Amino acid sequence: MTEFDLVIVGVGGQGAILASDIVGMAAVNEGLHVQASETHGMAQRGGSVINHVRLDCRYGSLIPAGRADAILGLEPAEALRAIDFLSPDGVVVVNTNSIFPITVLSGASVYPVIDAVLDDLDGRCKHLVSLDADRIAIEAGHPLTANVVLIGALSNFLPLNVGSLEESISNLVPPRTVEVNLKAFRLGMESVGMD
Amino acid sequence: MPEKNIRYQLGNHAIAQALYDSEVDLVSGYPGTPSSEIIEALARLKPDCHVEWSVNEKVALEVAIGASWSGGRSAATMKHVGLNVASDPFMTLAYAGVMGGLVIISADDPGCHSSQNEQDNRRYAQFARIPCLDPATPQEACDMVSYAFDLSEKFEMPVILRPTTRVCHGKSDIRMPGTKKPGKKIGFEKRPQQWVMLPPHARVRHNVLIEKQDIIAEALGSSKWNQLDIVKGAELGIIASGVASVYAREAIERLGIKASFLKISTYPMPLNLIEQLLDSVGQLPDPVGQVLVIEELEPVVEEAVKSISGTRNVDVHGKDMVPINGELNVSIVEAAISKVAGLDFAPHVPVESPVELPNRPPVMCPGCPHRATYYAMKKAFGKSAVFPGDIGCYTLGVQMGTMDTCLCMGASITTASGIYHAGETKPICCSIGDSTFLHTGIPGLLNAVYNGADITVTILDNRTTAMTGHQPNPGTGLNVLGDATFMASLEDISKSCGVEFVEATDPFDVKETIEVFNQAREHKSTAVVISRQECIITARRRGIRLTPFAVDPDECQGCKACIRFGCPASSFIESTEEGQKGKAVIGGLCVGCGVCAQVCPFNAIKEVSK
Repeated sequence: MTEFDLVIVGVGGQGAILASDIVGMAAVNEGLHVQASETHGMAQRGGSVINHVRLDCRYGSLIPAGRADAILGLEPAEALRAIDFLSPDGVVVVNTNSIFPITVLSGASVYPVIDAVLDDLDGRCKHLVSLDADRIAIEAGHPLTANVVLIGALSNFLPLNVGSLEESISNLVPPRTVEVNLKAFRLGMESVGMD
Repeated sequence: MPEKNIRYQLGNHAIAQALYDSEVDLVSGYPGTPSSEIIEALARLKPDCHVEWSVNEKVALEVAIGASWSGGRSAATMKHVGLNVASDPFMTLAYAGVMGGLVIISADDPGCHSSQNEQDNRRYAQFARIPCLDPATPQEACDMVSYAFDLSEKFEMPVILRPTTRVCHGKSDIRMPGTKKPGKKIGFEKRPQQWVMLPPHARVRHNVLIEKQDIIAEALGSSKWNQLDIVKGAELGIIASGVASVYAREAIERLGIKASFLKISTYPMPLNLIEQLLDSVGQLPDPVGQVLVIEELEPVVEEAVKSISGTRNVDVHGKDMVPINGELNVSIVEAAISKVAGLDFAPHVPVESPVELPNRPPVMCPGCPHRATYYAMKKAFGKSAVFPGDIGCYTLGVQMGTMDTCLCMGASITTASGIYHAGETKPICCSIGDSTFLHTGIPGLLNAVYNGADITVTILDNRTTAMTGHQPNPGTGLNVLGDATFMASLEDISKSCGVEFVEATDPFDVKETIEVFNQAREHKSTAVVISRQECIITARRRGIRLTPFAVDPDECQGCKACIRFGCPASSFIESTEEGQKGKAVIGGLCVGCGVCAQVCPFNAIKEVSK
């Protein structure tokens, strides 16, 4: 089975588009048809962003509610916001590091307790992988590689070869950051199964 | 491994490549989501042709028309509402026709993802009687480009290509068709009967336009963009247009139902195919055949189907089952098909979460100069002043109470004038971005001075067209290729519109900016304040790094003035001790604009010492 519907969510500026591109390009290099959809425009200014990536897809790029095979959450509250897309048999790979929206910073709203978010996610999926991707990214050598750490963790569930994901990382990130990104990917991949 | 000419790319990038491959001679446009990446990508390809960011869509289309009337292939790109701005040349261009192929790329935005409305520009195509191609996928949009040029040249008609957000910002493995050379020659030909729309010429050309319709319909009707799959014995027929056709195909497969299917992607529509579908499902006296039309937004296809269904034994459904507003998706389409087919359909029911999630609206960036301008504006004019606004990142000023209106490009100065002339006595201060001012703000400013509107016009000059992805404009002194060109002066333009009070200020200097706003408010007649500070995103891309700021916890009194300022870099930590006030903190997002330090009444915010 190579059909795989992936929802990637996060906050504008976190690198959700790069994360989508890594998966989409790797799939195309494996000869699969891909239909993906991205958030551009106003929402990119620190708002919620959502990308759909459908592997081996002959139709449109929008994943129907309740049918995604996986949700990749670059931010925990955003993963929960998008949870309706996930199939009950689906996987959630989520960063535990939160970003407070302006509504929380200003005191108008309260950010939920992370454990409550993770518990709710856990109850709605077959498998939950949560990791502090920001910490692992620093360990890899650069805080901006958290999105690639998460792709590494997700790679354990994708119907794609590790080699093609690594190739697509090498092609997509700035040349002098290839090594640190590949390390971030490896650390992310290895973080699954240790818990 | 994929074939060599297949690339995983954005729909808009593929459209750009297809324009390049179609040997286009000129492409013009004005930035607007979801169309902006077409011209950006084309410029990066360094084509031999002329590419430009025009000052607005009307200008862009007219520039493209000039190229076409000289025999060149041209295209004009814009977002759907951009065609409103260009509608004046657009409507009459239908009469005049073209010489070199001319493709108008109107990127529509069902669902208003990044727009002030979700108008369906297939209606414009019908209104003007200009053919329209409505792609279902990024691949189809790419393939339609060269077809559109051929069609345009064959019938001497402009052609609309109407990708929607999901096509423009969809990414897919796209097969590039490769280069073709049309072998045209450039040279303006004097054809007064065609290019000079005097009434006697216009009457003749209107007739020519009407007479062309049938042969254009015939050509489009037999094109590959429309596909009919008759399923023998099916009592259900589904007709779906453009991007809705892929949702419909997926829904039909998932539901496993037997239905004849017609995909429509051209306007004029393939009426012969619609007739065939109606015939196939409406054959039997019993049961009555069912036809469901699935299209985003307006019932364009539905109206046509109903008008020709005649005495056939069919019920035609459309907007009674499918929403007339918003974007469609597979779930909505599945529900509609199930209802018409009489199937039990259990829609996906969202499970209520015990965890309450905070909203995450888009915000102005940390260090955004607009936030600083609005802070000073509010200080000088007071909360009760009237703040008409315009379209750009700064529309987010609605969160600061300094954006009381937002209608369309350039409408800030003009609505402000109307509010003043209606007799409103509160101070009126409108805001408009640099690019929007140059787009359609100038006539409004001239009009304000000419008719004596006592308003303050704030031009938020962040040296770029930020919202749509930082395109250059005439105020930046750079063209689309990044080459130096004439730099328009906002001060000079304002003065030549007759404005006597024109003051520039740096919004990062809060005191000075408040003072300038105060003077503008006191000035009796139209005043212009140019609040000039580079967009923080472009500044940082250029390598500008300022020293960040931090809160001195010993000095912080917990008054939250900096929190109310609304910068995402600042947050507040409540005290754990009873009766004690909390403290503000500045996080890692701080870029060092220093405005919050000026906002703080206790001098508790200081530059981090190196």
